[in-house]
Amino acid sequence: MIKVLFFARLREQLNCEGLELDCADLSTVTDVHQHLLQQYPGWANFLEDRKLLVAVNQTLVKPQHPIAAGDEVAFFPPVTGG
Amino acid sequence: MISVQTADFDVAGEYAALTAGDVDAGAVVLFVGRVRELNLARQVTGLLLEHYPGMTEKALEEILAEARSRWQLIRCRIIHRIGRLTLGDQIVLVGVTSPHREQAFAAAEFLMDYLKTRAPFWKKEMTSDGEFWVDAQEKDEVSAQRWKDQA
Repeated sequence: MIKVLFFARLREQLNCEGLELDCADLSTVTDVHQHLLQQYPGWANFLEDRKLLVAVNQTLVKPQHPIAAGDEVAFFPPVTGG
Repeated sequence: MISVQTADFDVAGEYAALTAGDVDAGAVVLFVGRVRELNLARQVTGLLLEHYPGMTEKALEEILAEARSRWQLIRCRIIHRIGRLTLGDQIVLVGVTSPHREQAFAAAEFLMDYLKTRAPFWKKEMTSDGEFWVDAQEKDEVSAQRWKDQA
């Protein structure tokens, strides 16, 4: 299993803080993204935003980053702190 | 040292801590970011700051390590507040000490530029027209990018 988290505007748009996914067939962040789009078609408008960032185990990564059981994968909008 | 906290911070106390017992730090730069009333022509009454617990601390530690690898720094301090803030409240403090001012100025600016584009904080503005998530600004990414070009 992997843990998927959503933050800020994206969390509100999806009305979901996070979920758990069976990762047997998921090898990269892109696979996770595709899986979410298939499972939740209503999320397409928000998850297909090209500006979204993704972190695996709390480090920013690129879409081709590998996924392994136990990983924490977070999707979120560009950051606006400071 | 980094702190992510709801509580306010005391700049004089942070200055004292950055300089206590150290006679090598000829330069101290302290930056404080505050909640301002007008943002992109919207009348702001307050802010809500959300973050990604765990990743925030990790990202700030990485940013500090990067600054330490680039400049001769003696002490570094980052404080970022989360939760509900009102007009004029302090949001963020970056403090660095160095033997030399050029290093201290550059490092403080780098820390802010990287914090604004790499650390997982998000601002939601409270305005008379409702609550709005703040959009990331292109100019912040441009500011952060110039350090990469110099690396």
